[in-house]
Amino acid sequence: MTVFCDHNAGSPVRADVAEGVAATMKMGGNPSSVHGVGRKARAALERARAQVANLVGAPADVVVFTGSGSEANNLALAGGAWASIVVSAIEHPSVLAAVPDAIVAPVNADGVLDLAAFEEIIATAPAPGLVSVMLANNETGVLQPVNDVARIAHRYGALVHTDAVQAVGRVALDMARLDTDMLTLSAHKIGGPQGVGALLLKDHVRIEPLIRGGGQEKRRRAGTENVAGIVGFGIAADSAAEDLSDAARVTALRDRLETRLMRTAPDVRFHGVSEGRLGNTSCVGMPGVAGETQVLAFDLAGIALSAGAACSSGKVETSHVLRAMGVSEPAAGEAIRVSFGPTNTDADVDSVAAIWRDLYRRTRSGDTPGYEEMAAVGAAA
Amino acid sequence: MSQDRAKNNIKLPVYLDNQATTPVDPRVLEAMMPYFTEKFGNPHSRSHSHGWEVEEAVEEARGHVAAVIGANPKEVIYTSGATESNNLAIKGVAHYNKDRKNHIITVVTEHKCVLDSCRHLQQEGFDVTYLPVQQNGILDLDVLRAAFTDQTVLVSVMGVNNEIGVIQPLTEIGAICRENGAYFHTDCAQAVGKIPLDVNEMNIDLLSISGHKIYGPMGIGALYVRRRPRVRLQALINGGGQERGMRSGTLPAPLCVGFGEACRIANEEMAVETDRIRMLARKLHQGVDERIPDVILNGDFDQRVAGNLNLSFSYVEGESLLMAIKDLSVSSGSACTSASLEPSYVLRALGVDEEMAHTSIRFGIGRFTTEAEIDFAVETLADHVGRLREMSPLWEMVQEGIDLKSIEWSDH
Repeated sequence: MTVFCDHNAGSPVRADVAEGVAATMKMGGNPSSVHGVGRKARAALERARAQVANLVGAPADVVVFTGSGSEANNLALAGGAWASIVVSAIEHPSVLAAVPDAIVAPVNADGVLDLAAFEEIIATAPAPGLVSVMLANNETGVLQPVNDVARIAHRYGALVHTDAVQAVGRVALDMARLDTDMLTLSAHKIGGPQGVGALLLKDHVRIEPLIRGGGQEKRRRAGTENVAGIVGFGIAADSAAEDLSDAARVTALRDRLETRLMRTAPDVRFHGVSEGRLGNTSCVGMPGVAGETQVLAFDLAGIALSAGAACSSGKVETSHVLRAMGVSEPAAGEAIRVSFGPTNTDADVDSVAAIWRDLYRRTRSGDTPGYEEMAAVGAAA
Repeated sequence: MSQDRAKNNIKLPVYLDNQATTPVDPRVLEAMMPYFTEKFGNPHSRSHSHGWEVEEAVEEARGHVAAVIGANPKEVIYTSGATESNNLAIKGVAHYNKDRKNHIITVVTEHKCVLDSCRHLQQEGFDVTYLPVQQNGILDLDVLRAAFTDQTVLVSVMGVNNEIGVIQPLTEIGAICRENGAYFHTDCAQAVGKIPLDVNEMNIDLLSISGHKIYGPMGIGALYVRRRPRVRLQALINGGGQERGMRSGTLPAPLCVGFGEACRIANEEMAVETDRIRMLARKLHQGVDERIPDVILNGDFDQRVAGNLNLSFSYVEGESLLMAIKDLSVSSGSACTSASLEPSYVLRALGVDEEMAHTSIRFGIGRFTTEAEIDFAVETLADHVGRLREMSPLWEMVQEGIDLKSIEWSDH
């Protein structure tokens, strides 16, 4: 039985979501067809749109469904006629790669956007400008002052996009209060299915579609809608809105883990803990042990977590997030990410803490564990 | 009524819109559901076995997708659907090669997303030639040959038309593109699983596939991108670098698995299924022909997929007919444009006049269509077309022997 502690890579699909997806697939129908079967699919699609909008306190008509959070970020950033784009240094690769020429605003050692530096940049950036700052970082969980970013950016006439993929369902979210012009969501981070995302786009924002033809999503994203996936997104959004109370329980799990690790190892390093962060995420470094080694030891022990983000497709590269925070090269490579979610329990925390302790002690006793030894650690747990 | 007699033992409405979307095959649903639940994981999480198991399934599925078009799995890029694939192929190749060549050739009857991608490239300064089709909907190869310039980088011609079902001569087109040094892209959303396809025999460089047109899930598709000689393209979606950098974003593992299973079934059952569907389509066509006069088949009679019949019911307004035959889920054109009342641009390209284009209905027969449903469809059409024509002054005039074309209608 695997203990899944990698919720920031994507939470397991909720049972009610899986049922809803299956039922919708059995129903069939293309929502653009005018006959009854098509109209039923259209109704299901629009119901889900309202559910997703409701999760972030937005009107339904601002929701543009996409095939992923990455696509939504690309649509937000690559599709407009902006004279300048400012992004934070710790954005998701789908933001950074979508606009390689963007001006990069620094973060401080705590992993929070440096607002003074940001204002300096935005004050001189050519207009019309666009700013993209994520709400919560996927690797450290550190929350960003998006509200302040929006206030400052708007003062200089720039529009604001926020990637809320990791924050949604974990902190209360209100798009109106955040005052951003665009906002990205992803279904599979809140127990919805993979393959669905959304860009929430206020009426005054003019963007060019990435995918053209067919006229779906009010001409902003062509292609037959993934109706079943979108219905699943809607169900997950409804549940996430109700389940925010679970966030306190999850935070307690994370805090317990960190307390245990501190007791085990006085030299343990936690990254991005000084300021507000998501209650489910811990970015933790074990001095002298490569993150990959740790992750492998955990995997052999039946615990799924990751070194940094999941999406770098096998490339072993130091985290750009930790580097931006000024974390030195060996320390950055020694960090792993533990991210809890609704499925986790106290017992999971105990397992993670035990494996971490065993690995730590073995490495302190002088022998760096080989593969078999790590397997032994795993078997013992 | 005869329609009521035929209604026995069938479930209404009868779904005859398999070109708009196909029902998910229960075997596909069964294959994919475990990946929503117990076999959960991010296929890119290389560091834990949760991710590995899922990745393995996604790669096995990629093999099934490749097999249905005779490709190597390494040449298959997952996308969110054929619309994205078409956008990626056309804009991606054009943008990557923009400093070298800037001319694209396509056909007026292509899917809207191909035409829209091309129109957008024109706005960016690319040259696009839109070739006409013959009256049967098929591209004239000499017209294609004459369209090449030394600037031609890409030719995009669909395998099977979504409205009229005609099959383009892909092998010949592929050979011509190769001779002229241009990449050949083909939108095969409606062709995969319906006709045999082989990217090597047909010299295809890029090929778009859709999941939900082959009894797989919506939200998933693929683009075949040839590796030898390598076709390079600029990504539409950048980020984590998944799909060899050509398409970033977490792969939807359950959808990939379902799509793979749909391709596997299509590959295995195409021959038998095509015979059965052709039999049903003939039955529908003959039944309509016997019972209803003045019905015209749009598109070539022979060079068409088994499951498509596009019929014009002269003197009956298409929208009224659609309203009247609510027990049949059919459409008056493509689903993407069916909400608009514009006559089909595909039919107009065949030289079908606007009035006749307005009377056309697309029947899409599929894997789950039964003979009883076809009998019911014939009865339903016979009843309602007859009734609507009785109310039509045009029909009355025709019955009285007046040639409508000779009438000069006054403007009003």
